[in-house]
Amino acid sequence: MWIKGYKLPAMSSLLIWGLLWEIIGQLDLTFFVPPLSNVFATLFVIIGSPAFLNALWETAQAFLAGVFFSIVIGIPVGIFMGRSRLLDELLLPWVNIFVSAPLTALVPVLMVLFGFGMKSIIITTTLFGIWIIILNTRAGVRQINRSLVEMATSFGASPLDAFAKVYFWAALPEILGGVRIGVIRAVKGVIIGQLLISIVGFGALFELYASNFLMSHFWAVLIVLFALAFSISEFLGYLERKVSYYAASR
Amino acid sequence: MSQTNKAFSDARPLDQEIAVSVRGVSKNYGSVVALKDMTLEFPRGQLTSLLGPSGCGKTTLLKIIAGLLKPDSGEIIVNGKPVVGPGPNRSFVFQDFALLPWANVMRNVAFGLELRGVAKSEREAKAAKYIKDVGLGGFEKAYPHELSGGMRQRVGLARALAVDSRVLLLDEPFSAVDEQTRRKFQEDLLALVANENKTFIFVTHSIEEAVYVSDQIAILLPRPSRVSEIIRPTSFRSKGVENIRRDPEYLDIVDEIWASLRSYVE
Repeated sequence: MWIKGYKLPAMSSLLIWGLLWEIIGQLDLTFFVPPLSNVFATLFVIIGSPAFLNALWETAQAFLAGVFFSIVIGIPVGIFMGRSRLLDELLLPWVNIFVSAPLTALVPVLMVLFGFGMKSIIITTTLFGIWIIILNTRAGVRQINRSLVEMATSFGASPLDAFAKVYFWAALPEILGGVRIGVIRAVKGVIIGQLLISIVGFGALFELYASNFLMSHFWAVLIVLFALAFSISEFLGYLERKVSYYAASR
Repeated sequence: MSQTNKAFSDARPLDQEIAVSVRGVSKNYGSVVALKDMTLEFPRGQLTSLLGPSGCGKTTLLKIIAGLLKPDSGEIIVNGKPVVGPGPNRSFVFQDFALLPWANVMRNVAFGLELRGVAKSEREAKAAKYIKDVGLGGFEKAYPHELSGGMRQRVGLARALAVDSRVLLLDEPFSAVDEQTRRKFQEDLLALVANENKTFIFVTHSIEEAVYVSDQIAILLPRPSRVSEIIRPTSFRSKGVENIRRDPEYLDIVDEIWASLRSYVE
């Protein structure tokens, strides 16, 4: 953003909102909003604590596993759907249902099917992230220049080569866009899983702090979570910009 | 016109052997007849143009020869073997270049060899040679979006040459480049036909371009698609690239083709 010829650093609007938060907190209007400075003070206290590190570790494990499965299943399925009319007809209705379904409502079913442990949390995370990755990959593959496909065919590309060396790369800008949104949804998924399935990780911390009205703690964990999700999303955005040079000329 | 008629009658019998022959090929898209019982022969080591108004099936025919499309009936024989799909004896140059935008010139030119499993050092040595041959020396590390249209098509041409197939199929390769580049390309193409012992099949919608570069021109007419005539210019091919466009036979053939095509142009 530019103001009178000066370029403001990225995210400077956060400063304004942070200031507003601090003022509201200092005015002591509601217990729900403690001053931001208190939240950060709490943050530094709890961030090194074993309980926090343990929660971070549990959440990271489930999150990374869920994202991993969303990507390694989602991208190939999306590519196959984009390339095969038959698979597309078969799977698209389900993908469309699940991408908009209230997945939280499915979590109890998953608990019945897969138990109360890590497995169910990972599956929940995957279910949150995977559909948008499939849809975006499919869209990316469908708009691949036809002559690029013919080129690969005419030079005798094996199906595997065509997928790995042409289709994947040609759809990469859309795939990365899908992964970025999928990862953000997976953050939601992992926390919902940890709240509903078994009270572990950050989900347990949220539960603990909220039920004891420890709002500074609550907000501190939320800020950590936001910062993590934001960094991952920014990193993927950076990758997206790196491939944007060819997104326009495919 | 008399010269053209003479050229036409001289066209047969052919003394060259046939590299590619199209025998009774038909292709329908639903109820639309794209090609109907088409028969055509392409002499080895020469450039044959497929020329005709849009909708005459020339690109369809080229893609059938390439093995990218299957004919409904009839067959294609390349060097004595029937075509069942794409094969290493043919390579294709695309109208819109079909380069990998995420790969540099070197990888693009070597890509055909890469798909055929040629080792990296070997394919890059080969690609480097053809990059130089098409006049792109020094651009090995450049990416397609950094090149002009003409240079991109040189990459496409180098890629087709690098796999060293006997038959080159060119689908309106110069239609997306500007006029001056196109002229340079046409001259380079003549040198290529003379120097490489390859059979060129060249689709174009430009009459002047077809007459300028071709040893043989097949005029295709639409509805239903058919070969209406085959023209073999005789006299100007040996006179040097700068003299062709004012040769009387060149001008006569251009006029004659336009006369036969004009009624098909909407």
